Amino acid sequence: MLSYIVRRVFNAIITLLVVTAVTFGIFFAIPKAIGTDPALLYIGKQSDPAAIEGIRQKMGFDDPIYVQYGNFLKGIVAGREYSNGPDVTDCPAPCLGYSFSTDQEVTPLLLEDIPVTLSLALGAAVLWLIIGISFGVVSALRRGSFVDRAAMTTALAGVSLPVYFTGLLSSAIFVYALGWLPESNYKPFTEDPGQWFTSLILPWITLAFLFAATYARLTRANMLETLGEDYVRTARAKGLTERVVIGKHALRSGLTPIVTIFGLDLGALLGGAVLTENVFNLRGLGYQALNAIRQNDLPVILGVTLIAAFFIVFANLIVDLVYGWIDPRVRLA
Amino acid sequence: MSIGATNARPFLEIKDLAVRFETDDGIVQAVSGSTFSLEAGQTLGIVGESGSGKSVTSLAILGLHRTRSNAKVSGEIWLEDQELVTATDEDVRKLRGGKMAMIFQDPLSAMHPYFTVGSQIVEAYRVHHPGVNKKVARERAIDMLARVGIPQPERRFNDYGHQFSGGMRQRAMIAMALVNDPKLLIADEPTTALDVTVQAQILDLIRDLQEEFHSAVIMITHDLGVVAELADDVLVMYGGKVIEKGAALEVFQNPQHPYTWGLLGSMPRLDREVRERLNPVKGSPPSLINLPDGCAFHPRCPYAGRNGNRSFTEVPELRGDAHKVACHLPSEDRNKIFQEEVLPNL
Repeated sequence: MLSYIVRRVFNAIITLLVVTAVTFGIFFAIPKAIGTDPALLYIGKQSDPAAIEGIRQKMGFDDPIYVQYGNFLKGIVAGREYSNGPDVTDCPAPCLGYSFSTDQEVTPLLLEDIPVTLSLALGAAVLWLIIGISFGVVSALRRGSFVDRAAMTTALAGVSLPVYFTGLLSSAIFVYALGWLPESNYKPFTEDPGQWFTSLILPWITLAFLFAATYARLTRANMLETLGEDYVRTARAKGLTERVVIGKHALRSGLTPIVTIFGLDLGALLGGAVLTENVFNLRGLGYQALNAIRQNDLPVILGVTLIAAFFIVFANLIVDLVYGWIDPRVRLA
Repeated sequence: MSIGATNARPFLEIKDLAVRFETDDGIVQAVSGSTFSLEAGQTLGIVGESGSGKSVTSLAILGLHRTRSNAKVSGEIWLEDQELVTATDEDVRKLRGGKMAMIFQDPLSAMHPYFTVGSQIVEAYRVHHPGVNKKVARERAIDMLARVGIPQPERRFNDYGHQFSGGMRQRAMIAMALVNDPKLLIADEPTTALDVTVQAQILDLIRDLQEEFHSAVIMITHDLGVVAELADDVLVMYGGKVIEKGAALEVFQNPQHPYTWGLLGSMPRLDREVRERLNPVKGSPPSLINLPDGCAFHPRCPYAGRNGNRSFTEVPELRGDAHKVACHLPSEDRNKIFQEEVLPNL
């Protein structure tokens, strides 16, 4: 088991290295190859050549790309110094560089965004797991019934409707028409839990609606398959109550594939729920990402990409480990 | 149930059992008009090919059709003095795994992959012994594993099904089925998924345990060799109906139904010339949605219409005293055919 974990962690690190290399390459090598000067993005095209040259020196844009990449990695692990003669700027680890547009350090910028995204993603995840799984199970048990049909029709709508539609529509109804909720104005949980909650209700529901739909359909399909398994028949033949047959024997294997999907979905969301954050004006990683893309802010885009990649790789790792714990057949393989 | 009913009732009595499933394609008449009984300590073999209704019969006895909303069961199933067709779900559940238990065909898929073998046996024991604590139940499970011949039962208790070999897995399933000392054990093709060498061990084990527990056993199989080895009585089923029944020895030595002849003829035998080919029953089993009129076997029967009677509208009744058969042919004609045409080729 230990060697399995070590192997998986090692794989995860390799994957992240590859991701950094590719994204770094795309963002810094390609502009260089096609003759765009990243220094200009920092300082604007009208600046005097000396200033541009200074930036170029300080940021190391003239170094070979592998040196730049090496420095970038070193910055993440150990921090780095940007220097141009006496002009020295210290960027502590994990250093992701400086924003082109605001000249701020990328790392603290992104660290500020993470709690917003985390609040959004985790809250929504709790909702969609509860709603999706319970409707999926009930639909499977009452297959063909009214509940099943209603749930599956709603789920189809949930899967098909994009967030910017459901999000804006729910805002229009609950905030502007009915006035049940205040206009979204995010406050950190530590500052004002009440406002944190009210500002997140609609984003949670919007996001959860989308995912709950997928989870309900998936749970239903898995449960139907599991209920037909021989070992469920064995459980009944033992005289177990239907509650134990469903709740223990069938659910245990019916939900296993959900663990995989959930890990990956949550991992992906933690890297920024771009649409939801923008619709509800939540300043999370997804909001930051879109903003950075609009402004050609390469270091920020790179930073968000790396964080997103980290969450996905990390989620994958957790899923693999949890899977080995859930399914003894995987553990031994 | 009535007080007047004395011990005249057999241990298990099935009267006119019919099971049908409503499907999109039509009504599947899986079992119809099945009547038989079984005494404690006896073994009944139910023989037939796939889809003949043998497994459905056993599921109906255990009430496992009840979770399927499209299943309809009629007739009577008496287990001692309790009628099971009309009993409540809860009453049947309490009997299931307790007084009556079942062993399934494929022990790998019949065990839950995520729970240890031991915990599954403990679970089976505790559901029928609610007051028993985990430690006692665990000891009971280990004891059962030892009794079915699993070496190092204390260690194997914590293993999962997939860590067992096929034969050991079936032994563990048997331990699970017998953990509550069932009076009725239904074994649904318990050796089909096993190596030939292991098959005999499992059959021996079932026989030994039956003697020890004095339980009634229904052995469902398509393997006549298994029946010959274990059964006191035999039912031969075809197209959801019992077409021949009697004492096992009698049915083997003097089979009456042309389908039974076919089954015997298709059995591989060591005392036959190797180059001789097996004689399979020609044709394929009937559709249970649209059963042929009359004897369901008549379209495949090589002797159908021998007596000049080519009308198959009436379903033949199961006739005879101890050894019964349902066939359109009069028994004299059948005896003649058996002696002259069938026996020399068996």
